[in-house]
Formats: sequence, C-alpha cells, structure tokens
Amino acid sequence: MGNIPQDHYEPKPGVATWIEDRLPIGGMISHLQKFPTPKNLNYAYVFGGILVLFLVIQIVTGIVLAMHYQVGDEASFRSVEHIMRDVNGGWLLRYAHANGASFFFIAVYAHIFRGLYYGSYKAPRELLWIIGVLIYVVMMATAFMGYVLPWGQMSFWGAKVITSLFGAIPLVGDSLAVWLWGGPSVGEATLNRMFSLHYLLPFVIAGLTVLHIWALHHVGNTNPTGVEIRKDSIENVKKDTVPFTPFIAIKDLYAIVIFLILFVAFTFFAPNYLGHPDNYIEANPLVTPAHIVPEWYFLPFYAILRAITDDLWIMMIMPFDAKLGGVLAMFGAIAVLAFVPWLDTSRVRSTDYRPIYRWWFLILVLDFFILMWVGAKPAEGIYPLISLIGTIYWFAHFLVVLPVVGLIEKPLPRPETVEAAFAAKHGIKTGDAKADAEAAALQPAE
Amino acid sequence: MKMLKSALASLALAGSLATTAAFAAGGDIKHADIDFSFEGPFGVYDRGALQRGLQVYQAVCSGCHGMKFVAFRTLADENGPGLTDDQVKAFIAEAGYEVEDEEGEFSPAQTYDYFPEIKSAGAPDMSLLAKARADGAVHIYSILTGYTGEEKEVAGTVLYENTAYPGGWINMAPPLYGDDVEYADGREASLENQSEDIAQFLMWAAEPTLVERKQAGVRNILFLILFGVMLYFVNRKIWSRVKHPE
Repeated sequence: MGNIPQDHYEPKPGVATWIEDRLPIGGMISHLQKFPTPKNLNYAYVFGGILVLFLVIQIVTGIVLAMHYQVGDEASFRSVEHIMRDVNGGWLLRYAHANGASFFFIAVYAHIFRGLYYGSYKAPRELLWIIGVLIYVVMMATAFMGYVLPWGQMSFWGAKVITSLFGAIPLVGDSLAVWLWGGPSVGEATLNRMFSLHYLLPFVIAGLTVLHIWALHHVGNTNPTGVEIRKDSIENVKKDTVPFTPFIAIKDLYAIVIFLILFVAFTFFAPNYLGHPDNYIEANPLVTPAHIVPEWYFLPFYAILRAITDDLWIMMIMPFDAKLGGVLAMFGAIAVLAFVPWLDTSRVRSTDYRPIYRWWFLILVLDFFILMWVGAKPAEGIYPLISLIGTIYWFAHFLVVLPVVGLIEKPLPRPETVEAAFAAKHGIKTGDAKADAEAAALQPAE
Repeated sequence: MKMLKSALASLALAGSLATTAAFAAGGDIKHADIDFSFEGPFGVYDRGALQRGLQVYQAVCSGCHGMKFVAFRTLADENGPGLTDDQVKAFIAEAGYEVEDEEGEFSPAQTYDYFPEIKSAGAPDMSLLAKARADGAVHIYSILTGYTGEEKEVAGTVLYENTAYPGGWINMAPPLYGDDVEYADGREASLENQSEDIAQFLMWAAEPTLVERKQAGVRNILFLILFGVMLYFVNRKIWSRVKHPE
C-alpha cells in the first residue's frame, strides 16, 4: 500500500496468517500504525486527526439524537425540547452536536488554510486536495440541513433563503425550487427530506474521508519544508520520518485534548453563544426575523452571495440578474479551491520559502475573517461595499495572485532533505558528514 | 516567520471574537446592569428567587403567557424551584390548572401535565423566552423595569415606551408595578425585586439543566487539563529520543 517503502508485514503463524491469506487486514493495520510520517510536522498538521474525531462525535451524538427526535411542523421543535428537558443527558447530546458542528468547521478551516500555506495541494496531491474540497462541500450541506431540523425561526428562514437560491437558475429554477421543497414553499415536506439527507450525508463524508486518507497514505504527508521525504530506500525513509505510532499518535492526541478543552468550554458554559436566539422561537412562516443570519461558518460565503447587487456595472452587462450573480459568486468562491493545484505556478510548496506570497496569504486570511464579520452585518450602509471588496480579493487571490506571484517570485533556499531540516532545528549530529554539513549551513526554518 | 505566524494567530482570534460579538450586539436598546446567581462557570439558581418568580408568573404573567414546554413535576427539581411533591400538587390545585381530554371534558391537571399553551392573547410562550432573546434574563429584567410611562396609539393599538425594547415601543402594558404579589419570605416585592425573580425563574424555565451542565463542565475541564498536562510530558518523553538522539 502506498509508494513509501515500508517494512514488510509478517503475520504470526497460525490464526493471523490464516486470516492474512484471506483478508490482508493485519497488513493494513500494521501499515496504518507504522505509517512513515515526516518527523518535522508542526502543530498546524494536527487538524486532520481532530477532524476524524469530530466526524465520529457528530455521527455518534447524531444517531442517538435521532432516536429521540421527531419530524413535523410542531413535533420537531417539541421533540428538541423533549431531548433538552426529559431525555437523560439529552441536553449534553444536543449541545455537543450543535457546538460539535462549529468546532468541526473551526478545524476544517484551520486544515484548509494549513494546506494552502504549505502547498499541500501540489503534485502529486491534487486528488487528495480535491477530495478534501468535496468533503468540505458535503460538510456544508450537512450542517445546513442539520440547522433546519430544530425548526426554529432561523431554521425555517435560513432554509427559505438558501433553497430559494436555486430559483435563480434560469429556465428550470422555479420548478427546481418546488421540487426541492416538495411543495409550494418550505414546509413539513422540506423538513422531512432535510432530516433524511442529514442522516445520509455524514456517511458520504465518512466514505470520502476514507478516500482522502487512502490518497494521503499513497503519496505521504507534506511537511513544513515542502521537501518530499526520500522514498528511494527504507533506510532513507527512516531518516526522514517517524512511525505514526507512537510519535504522531501521541502528538495528535495531545493536540486533540487541547482542542477539546475549547470545545468543552463552549458546550458546557456557553452552549448557545455560537447560535442565534431566534432559533428558540418556533418556525412561523408569517413572521420574518429582523435579520436572517446563517451560522458563523457560512458567513464568509453568505457575504459573497450578498455582495453581488444589481447596481454593479458588471451586473448591468451580464445577461442575468444579481440573484443568479450572487449564487454563482458564492458557489464559485468555493469551487475555485478545487482548481488551486493548477492555479499556483510556483515550484515551491511551502510558503515558508516564499517571501512575496506569504504576505498575500496573510491578506487572504484577513479577507476571510473580514468576509465573516461583514456577513453577519445587515446589507446596508458601508457593509455591501466591504463585502464587494472582500469578494473581489477572494477571487483575485486565486485567479491572479496565485498564478502571477509564482512566476515572478524568487524563493528562499530550501533544505535538501527533511532529515537535514529537522537536524538543523534541533541541533542534532546525524553522523552523516554530508547531512551534518548541510544542517550546519541551514538556518532553522523559523 | 515567527512574526507572521503570531500575527496570523492573533488575527484568527480577533476575527472569531469580532464575528461572534456581532451576534450578541443588539440594536439601540438599553440593558440594565444586573448580575444573576446562575452566571459564570460555577453559577447555580437561587431556589428562593425561583419560588418567588413562580409566584410572580402565576399571579401576573400567566394571564397572557403560556409555558407549554414546562411540566409541573419539574417544579420539584432539586436544581430548580425545589418544591416538594405535595407543594407541587397544592400549587396545581390552588391555581386551578385543568386539562381537556378528547371528549372535551376538563379534569384537574396532574403533576405530569404541562403548563398550558395560551394563544388568545398573542403573547409569546414563556418556556424558552430567556433563550430566545439575546442576553435572556438581563433582557427580561430590563424590559420589566424599562417602562418610561409614555404611551401612544398607533392604528388602534396602544404602545408603551420601553428603553429596553428594540424600536423603543412595546405593545405589552407594564405588567409589574411593585407589590403585585406578597412574598411569603418577607422580601420586599418592589418592581426591581419582582423583575429579578421572574427573570431568574424564566431562565430556569428555559434551561432547567443549567446547573447540572455547568457542574459537569467544571469536571470535564479539570479532567481534560489534567489529561493534557500528562500527555504533554508523555509526548515530550517519547519525542526526546528523536529530537535528542545522543
């Protein structure tokens, strides 16, 4: 499995060999345990493990919640209150599930920006990256549908706003919206299918995650230097890497516990802080909330959706209206991520060695948070202009900055090997004259 | 590089704080500066306040506001009002709560029944009111103490000026004036005291598991911190043979 040379797995004689001859599961477990992982991974690389844990937390709490949840115009809201008040530990299940979604997204954004910073999308990891983008898209769909299920005011009106977007599609839009709703508007039928799909999609995520990890184990991790580990011999692999267990496993576990402290602090002490008070009001199609705001993790893209208005000159020459323009911009802002492997022209993976790009990367992160902030603001006053500028930068970053900077930038010298970089950082003598000389010549990456 | 990374980290933090703060921010409403016993990681409900709040609810609010998700039996919750079972039964009997069966016959409510749903007055149900408003209990207290005494009539509806209500005019007449009830424990039934008690009671009605949750939270955090410290040293020990092979 994979193209990194590893010690061959020899099952013990007897049962283990009998099983291994029929289903090589021992070899697979051994591969996962001993998987050679670059020894210089920093704490930006812990979010993959955290994400797996949160997928499990969400599925486990979700399955139990579904045992007590009911779908229906009045039943949904009532059953959520039943869970909160009468089910043993129900409040914990629900708060862990709701805040778990938020922390799932905190981790996924950290994971995505780590990938962008260290060039984790570059050859031969394009598919690994694209599967990741797909997971993120399915995550967003799942989270959106989950937020609908309590059937509060924000559930209802959020569902209304987002599903109505499909109505913007030319020709088929209106029919498509009715088909999605299962009726003339968002109603009980919509709620019912949201529940069905909310239960299904996490398993799609799980399946995609298996592919994501499979691809990762085939090509191997990137690392902060962006230099590939040497794969020409087991000896060299061992010089550049450590086995996953115990080294990365214990480090990931440590990071998980730190992350869980934050998660637990929100879940137990401020469980409604990231939610909206209006969702404790039962859905009412006759009363529109003053401001319809999505959950925080959608805000950057919600800002992009609302940034496109009819008075922009670009919309005046487009053959479609601003509603469709906004929808295209929103989906485009996510879709553009899938093309990053080909938009980035730099030969250098890690932004540590890219003196110009690192500042543009900083602006991108800033832009992301500005869009998130402005997405929560009403679409009036200065805010639409800020959204528009943020949106323009988002696209400019990927479509202009990424290709151009890669061509004009002169990267800093990179270490020859991961071993040398690691040795330089920790002042290790490797015993290999050539590697030691190189390590001495290298300044630590920091 | 260090600078860039720490700049990124502080940015991320500032960004997330600014965003979440944006949710909390109300309009141009004025909230009273009041502290409740249930705030903070070690917060608990004040049983006396909950019992007095129940009295205010029953005497005043229940005329218009239902509380359909709250069961009578929960009035006996140890972390809640803490009535005895007999007190709960007496409360139901004294208030005269009844339930309607399928044939339309009315019979006295039992402890497992719920406070009624009241739709006629158009007033919001109070089961979740304290969670359905930003700053819940503080907001409720502020509304109850925020009337200025000014009134105006708009399209046949009388509106009352209130400094805590978004827009400044609310269509609920001032429900409390002071001395609307007589407290059994001798506490003065001033407007502020009654407002404080009903606000605390409504927080309990909306979040009856708050005390249990916070106490579990303290245990969880302590465990994780301990586990984290342990893992920090285990991690350091395990990596020392890679980082310091000599």
